[in-house]
Amino acid sequence: MNKTIALITISTLGMVWSGSLLAAKPYILLASTTSTENTGLFGAIIPAFSDATGIDVRVVAVGTGQAFEIARRGDADSLLVHDLAGEKQFIANGYATERLEVMYNDFVIVGPSDDPAGISNSEAVTDAMQRIAESASPFASRGDDSGTHRAELRLWQEAGISPQGAWYRELGNGMGPTLNTAASMNAYAFTDRATWLAFQNPQDLVLLFEGDDALFNQYASLLLSVQQYPHVKHDLAAQWHQWLVSEQGQQAIEDFKVDGQQVFFPNAD
Amino acid sequence: MLTSDNAFSTALALILSMDSALISIVMLSLQVSLIAVFIASLIALPVGAALALWRFPGRNVVIVALNALMGLPPVVAGLCVYLLLSRAGPLGEWGLLFTPTAMVIAQVILVLPIIAALTRQQIEALHGEYAEQLTSLGLSRRRMMPTLLWDARFALLTVILAGFGRASAEVGAVMIVGGNIDGVTRVMTTSIVLETSKGNLPVALGLGIILLVLVTMINAIAHMISETAKRRLG
Repeated sequence: MNKTIALITISTLGMVWSGSLLAAKPYILLASTTSTENTGLFGAIIPAFSDATGIDVRVVAVGTGQAFEIARRGDADSLLVHDLAGEKQFIANGYATERLEVMYNDFVIVGPSDDPAGISNSEAVTDAMQRIAESASPFASRGDDSGTHRAELRLWQEAGISPQGAWYRELGNGMGPTLNTAASMNAYAFTDRATWLAFQNPQDLVLLFEGDDALFNQYASLLLSVQQYPHVKHDLAAQWHQWLVSEQGQQAIEDFKVDGQQVFFPNAD
Repeated sequence: MLTSDNAFSTALALILSMDSALISIVMLSLQVSLIAVFIASLIALPVGAALALWRFPGRNVVIVALNALMGLPPVVAGLCVYLLLSRAGPLGEWGLLFTPTAMVIAQVILVLPIIAALTRQQIEALHGEYAEQLTSLGLSRRRMMPTLLWDARFALLTVILAGFGRASAEVGAVMIVGGNIDGVTRVMTTSIVLETSKGNLPVALGLGIILLVLVTMINAIAHMISETAKRRLG
């Protein structure tokens, strides 16, 4: 028994030791959104960046609201999000110094294939949302202060609706879990196209509304303030920031496909 | 359509592929949880035994607090460690947030009350049985402690396994303090959450099956060790 305990102790300590041997490569920590991670975009473009610069990028994928919070507390080196109003506020508060537009995709509305609210022939997205509200068809909302949730709330406001009632279900969850729930409830949902295309459990949900200019979804990279966050790896983060808008970075984004479809469209200046 | 049978075949395919990403996820899960349980045991076994043997004012409060903390929601433990280790927090300068070390710290906090509270119970029962003999031998409480801990070792192994079960099964704490970073802090449970969010339910369930098999194997090994030792003792 003594021997066994000694053995367990030694092997445990050995595991601690082997763990500490990892992580020799320089890296930055990137706070970003679930849409970019869940689709596999980072898995496709980060190796190209690492090969070019020798810098690893560790991605913490959360909602845009939480990504801002992680960066605000000084826990990330770089930020890639999609909420123009939030980004401007973040810079105005002095947390970040530079914003570069990297790529875009668009939002779509998905719902039950029989389309009980009849949104598929709507003229505009506000029209589609009014039809959902008027018919009180179940609608699953992120409700998590993410970029997508903020965009959805903005559109309800533009449609002149304050969504509430039994039909409007705020889930307080990420895009994937929200789509899972919407699929189970046979509800409408507002989602970014990339997550929708990569999503594998649609059940009876289909894409019902797309193409309105109001559904444009811009992603931007933010460079954090050197003064505010002296400990952050600014040199490495700046390389990532610049690489994203470089020819090579933009090409890598363009080349990324989900089931043969391009889902993010590079649009750096 | 999701059927249990394609989740099993997915699990089997995952195991047979010996995918290097999967292996590193499994290894990290075991590493984090075993280290956390080891550290928690070092502290909780003596603390639990001491609580069983000594009487002091406020002892009942400590016991109730420990028992209550056994039900501490992992996400709350995670949030506390997050605020502690965040750059804006008191230990921010250590730069530990979003590392496996942060995950170990969070799991130690989760596991420690379980091991301490259950150890206290085991040792108290054992002490009740042997109190007279131990006192007649003229042993002080401090000398009794190692004797009783050693005597209760088989029961305590189960206690430690309960702690390990908690550590390997939780997702709330490691998700918050680890950040589920691919190749760095991604463990079995956070992978399951990620795959579920992608709608990849067979893979998520397949990973769940692998996790269950691993935990079962560890429990079986522990059981075998204790059975063999018991038989040797006669």
